[in-house]
Amino acid sequence: MLQIKDLRVSIDGKEILKGINLSVKTGEVHAIMGPNGSGKSTLASALAGQDYIQITSGKMFYEGKDLTELSPEDRAREGIFLGFQYPVEIPGVSMVNFLRTSINSIRKYRNQEPMSAGDFLKLMREKKNIVEIDSDLTNRSVNEGFSGGEKKKNEIFQMALLEPRLAILDETDSGLDIDALRIVSKGVNKLRSPENATIIITHYQRLLEYIIPDVVHVLYKGRIVKSGDKSLAKELEEHGYDWIKQEVDANA
Amino acid sequence: MTDQEKILSDVTGSDYKFGFQTVIDTDTIPKGLSEEVIRIISTKKEEPEWLTELRLKSYRHWQTMKMPKWAHLRIPEINYQDIIYYAAPRRSAKYTSMDEVDPELLDTFNKLGIPLEEQKQLAGVAVDAVMDSISVKTTFQETLADKGIIFCSFSEAVKNHPDLVKKYMGSVVPYTDNYFATLNTAVFSDGSFCYIPKGVRCPMELSTYFRINTANTGQFERTLIVAEDDAYVSYLEGCTAPMRDENQLHAAIVEIVAMENAEVKYSTVQNWYPGDKNGKGGVYNFVTKRGMCKGDNSKISWTQVETGSAITWKYPSCILRGNNSIGEFYSVAVTNNYQQADTGTKMTHIGKNTRSTVISKGISAGRSENSYRGLVKVLKGATGARNYSQCDSLLLGDKCGAHTFPYLEVDNSSAIVEHEATTSKIGEDQIFYCNQRGIDTENAISLIVNGYAKEVLNKLPMEFAVEAQKLLAITLEGSVG
Repeated sequence: MLQIKDLRVSIDGKEILKGINLSVKTGEVHAIMGPNGSGKSTLASALAGQDYIQITSGKMFYEGKDLTELSPEDRAREGIFLGFQYPVEIPGVSMVNFLRTSINSIRKYRNQEPMSAGDFLKLMREKKNIVEIDSDLTNRSVNEGFSGGEKKKNEIFQMALLEPRLAILDETDSGLDIDALRIVSKGVNKLRSPENATIIITHYQRLLEYIIPDVVHVLYKGRIVKSGDKSLAKELEEHGYDWIKQEVDANA
Repeated sequence: MTDQEKILSDVTGSDYKFGFQTVIDTDTIPKGLSEEVIRIISTKKEEPEWLTELRLKSYRHWQTMKMPKWAHLRIPEINYQDIIYYAAPRRSAKYTSMDEVDPELLDTFNKLGIPLEEQKQLAGVAVDAVMDSISVKTTFQETLADKGIIFCSFSEAVKNHPDLVKKYMGSVVPYTDNYFATLNTAVFSDGSFCYIPKGVRCPMELSTYFRINTANTGQFERTLIVAEDDAYVSYLEGCTAPMRDENQLHAAIVEIVAMENAEVKYSTVQNWYPGDKNGKGGVYNFVTKRGMCKGDNSKISWTQVETGSAITWKYPSCILRGNNSIGEFYSVAVTNNYQQADTGTKMTHIGKNTRSTVISKGISAGRSENSYRGLVKVLKGATGARNYSQCDSLLLGDKCGAHTFPYLEVDNSSAIVEHEATTSKIGEDQIFYCNQRGIDTENAISLIVNGYAKEVLNKLPMEFAVEAQKLLAITLEGSVG
């Protein structure tokens, strides 16, 4: 589903990603871990198409399409979803209006009829249950006045509604208390299917106790320095990142 | 230019869609302004002596006045001798049925989406359509007359209800009021008159649609609305003009009188031709709008969506004379390209426990200048007066300007006056968030701007709100950076 080949990315002339190789197959859940500043969020931004990202070399293929040739909105319409680390507030724009515009933009791209207001509200009600979101949250403006936890739940709620093929969750667990973490994880697990794939970006192993990844990668200084199964996450939790840092720095 | 800037400039560069001109036989008088011209206008309209005298008095006074310079606007010299002060569709004299109205004229109003034809009237909006100087057709007159409501052109009102006109005309905006109001009083050609008798709730929205058609004409209409005790009316005003390279002057007056327990809602969607992308042409919109809450517990509410005009100079105001009276001002003013707007309100608290609310949302794009100017004045006797003002500015791009000029004059220590102001830019992160949900930049801007202006748009009657939302999107097409 996703192939990243020797991807190099700079921001403001500074190289952040120094040759990433990653392959994600349909049905898989990948976790990308790593210390702060290793380039995890930059990778997410590159996949979603943030315009401050400069791709200096390498390729990203999604379903055989070269991602760099697609605008951010077309990537979304093709089924890529980014759960933001810091979801922005859009005052005055209701969640209902926002998501209906979103879903109908996506449907239009796929040559589908726009969804009627009635069907849409039904769909919203259905999906709200998945993340145990308060019903009035959806009547409020996009993320406005939401607590940290509510914002993250709201991201998962949107993911549930839009049913992406590839979801990238950028530090979705940061700032969540244990209950919210459980709810968010449950939501992600429910949405897991053989047809889609998920990339979970996280600093802590905590989330991976709830969402069991197929592959764990460690990103350090702009490179994937180690990949393994879920036991790698466990190891990181016990020993921290220092042993990996030492290993890498010794070889450098 | 980044992609975003490009999209922005594409969108802001979209064309004005009401820019057509109707080819119609028009009765115009020669250019220029003089006592003779004023007499001709007055004669053409078969006006009584007192009105001719009022016009002449105003004209003489106007000659002693200077154009106001205090606004944050660059206004080119206006040659008042180069303007045609009277233009009327030729056959307009008197219509007894729709069949007599020039089909070209009906076609114009149809293009503008004005429900002038009988079947469309079922939509429930009574319309007074003013083309250039003349009121073309007032619909629904009979239905309204059953309730004792008078809704007609100003000229008809002068003929049929001279006492009412004489009593109220100039009672809120006196002929000496300001440069443009004085000019209007001298040369005004037509407009709308509306009278709601005691205890009557007007069963439908009343609306006036203004259209400048003929080249080189100025439009100087007057609207007078009187709501007697316990009366209610909601009034809508819309305006468009053809695209022309030269500037056109629009100097109107709106006067509202609300007696005890009466309520008047006045909503405007102003979409005069704003000029082209380079700032050529466009309407100068210099308008005096003022309402008097004369009776106790009366209420006047102004809602405006200003997207058009090259230059806007306009301060819909409320004089809160009655005790417990309420004044409201809700405004969205959008400027793009080289448009300039200096707009706001004046709330004058005279009666006890008077309350006013001011919500102003400025949106600037392109190289435009957008100013909010507002005065809250609490007089000595206005014990318990309360004002809340909120002025927000939203900037799209970095070549436009947003300014706020609040004036507070409080002479009563029990008054509570609050003023809040914010300035923000549409964040690239907000747009990206929308992009990531499949929404393109153009729609993202429209979504964000409409969200920003929602508090005001919500105050508009339903059909107007939809129109206003579309207008905002069109006006701002292509304008974020």
